[in-house]
Amino acid sequence: MASCSKTQVILLYKMLIKECKKLPSYNYRTYALRRVKDGFRENLHDDNPKSLDRLLNQARESLAVIKRQASIGQMYSAQRTIVEETGVHRDI
Amino acid sequence: MVADIVVFIGLWLFHLCSLLAKEQTGIDFSTFEFSCIQHSGNSLDICQYVGYLMRNNIFTELIKSRALEKDELRPLYMDFQATTPMDPRVLDAMLPYQVNYYGNPHSRTHAYGWESESAMEKARKQVADLIAADPREIVFTSGATESNNMSIKGVARFYKAKKNHVITTQTEHKCVLDSCRVLEAEGFDITYLPVKSNGLVDLQLLEETIRPETSLVSVMTVNNEIGVMQPVEEIGRICRSRNVFFHTDAAQAVGKVPINVSDWKVDLMSISGHKIYGPKGVGALYVRRRPRVRMEPLQNGGGQERGLRSGTVPTPLAVGLGAACEIAQQELEYDHRWVSLLAKRLVQKIMSEVPDVVMNGDPEQRYPGCINLSFAYVEGESLLMALKDVALSSGSACTSASLEPSYVLRAIGTDEDLAHSSIRFGIGRFSTEAEVDFTAEKCIQQVKRLREMSPLWEMVQEGIDLKSIKWSQH
Repeated sequence: MASCSKTQVILLYKMLIKECKKLPSYNYRTYALRRVKDGFRENLHDDNPKSLDRLLNQARESLAVIKRQASIGQMYSAQRTIVEETGVHRDI
Repeated sequence: MVADIVVFIGLWLFHLCSLLAKEQTGIDFSTFEFSCIQHSGNSLDICQYVGYLMRNNIFTELIKSRALEKDELRPLYMDFQATTPMDPRVLDAMLPYQVNYYGNPHSRTHAYGWESESAMEKARKQVADLIAADPREIVFTSGATESNNMSIKGVARFYKAKKNHVITTQTEHKCVLDSCRVLEAEGFDITYLPVKSNGLVDLQLLEETIRPETSLVSVMTVNNEIGVMQPVEEIGRICRSRNVFFHTDAAQAVGKVPINVSDWKVDLMSISGHKIYGPKGVGALYVRRRPRVRMEPLQNGGGQERGLRSGTVPTPLAVGLGAACEIAQQELEYDHRWVSLLAKRLVQKIMSEVPDVVMNGDPEQRYPGCINLSFAYVEGESLLMALKDVALSSGSACTSASLEPSYVLRAIGTDEDLAHSSIRFGIGRFSTEAEVDFTAEKCIQQVKRLREMSPLWEMVQEGIDLKSIKWSQH
C-alpha cells in the first residue's frame, strides 16, 4: 500500500525531525527529537498494515502539532537556558 | 517651615535610595514615590510609608527575587514536583477552546454549549481511563487542594452524626493537614499517624488506630518532598475490611505510576493538572459510586458536577487536563524509564564524588523522579543560592516561605542540621542528560567549596565527633 511504503515512512520521519528542530524551547526540542527517534525505532519491525496505518496517522498529527507549537514558541520566545550555550560555564 | 525642610530632605534621601535600589534590583521605584506623594500630602504619611517598607523588609524581599534580564541565560528547571511545564500537545488541545469554542458546557440550548459539553465529557473519559474509573465518578475541581478539602471536610461532615474520627499521617500535604485542623476546631477527633524513618506508614499502627467511629483515612500516594510511595494497596485492603473510606492525594502519582482505583480499593482520589504536564488551575476528584461515597459539598450553586462542586466547568482547562491524562497514559512506561535512568545517573554521580550525603526516604519504595538529598555540614539555603543556575527547592513550595525546616523531614526523624541542608531534585519528562550532568557537577563543586569554608567540616576531618562537643552558651 502506498501509505505504508518505506520511502513514505522515511519522508515522514525526516519531516518530523526537521520540524522538531524548529522548536525554540530547549526542553521541548530535546524531548520531541528523542521521542520521535525512539518512536520510529520501536516500531521498526512492525509488519501489520493496520497498526502501521494508525501509527503513521499518529505521526502526521504529531507533525501538525509540532508545526503549530513551533510557531507559538517563536511568537512568545524567552531567553536560552544555560545548557544550550555549550562550553560556557558560569562561575558563581 | 521646618517640617517642609524635613520632608524635602526625606524625599531626597528616598529618591537616592530608590536609585540605588533600581541598580540592584532593576525595579523602578520612581512610580512608588510619585503615587506616594500624590496620595499623601503631608510628611507624616510618607514617614508611615517608609516605616511600612522597613517593617515588612520590602527592600530585602525585592533584592532577593527579580526577573531575568533580557540577555541572561535561563536556569535549568529541576523542580518538577513544584509544577511541570505544559506539554505542547496539551496546549494544542486547549487552544481551540480558548479561541473559538468558548461556550459554557452547561448551556443546553445551542451548539456552543453542546460542543463545549462534548469536549468536557471527552476529557472526563480521558481522566477516568488513566485511573481505571468510570467517567461518572470524576468531578472537575480547581486543583488538588480543592479536591483534598472537598473530600476530607465533605466526607467527615456528612458522617458526623455517627462517626467523628479521621486518620491521616504527619507527612501529608499542607492542605490535608490544615483541613484536619479545621475539623478539629469543629469538634472532630483527628489522629496524625507517625511514619517510620523511611517515610512509610506503619500498617500495624494504622490497623490499631482504626476505631468504630472512624469515617475516613487519608494517606498520600507519593510524597511531594521525599518521593516515597506508600503501600496504598494494603492500606486500601485494611480500610475496606474495616468499612472506612480511604482517600488518597495522588497529585504526584497520577500519570507517573500505574493506578487502578479498583485494585487499590480507593474511595476518593485527588488529581492535580499542573503536576502531569497539564494546565494550572484545574484538577479532579475521583468519588467512588459503588459502594457510594456520600459527601457534603463545599461549594454550593447550580448543582453542576453531581451537586458536589457547583460552578461552570472551565472547558479549556478540563480539555487540557484530559489531554494531559491521555498523553500520560500513553507515555507512562517511556517516561518512567527515562526518569529512572536520569535519577540513577544524578544520584550515582553525586554520591560517588561527595561523602556524607543522605537520601531521605525509602530507597526502594519511591517514585524515582523526586530525590531529596541531605548534604551534611552544608547549609541548604546557601547551597541553593550557590546553585542559582539550576532551579531547585529545599522542601515543598508551600512551606518555603518560613524559615523552619520541612515538617516532612522532621516527621521521618532526620536530625535538625541534616533537615536544614536538604535539597529536592525533581526530574521529569522534559529533563535531559546534559541538564542532569550540569546539575550534578555544579552541586559537587559547590558542596566541596562550602564545606571547605565550614569549621564543622574541619573538625570532622580531624576526627572530632560533633555530637560529643559541649557548645558553650554566651
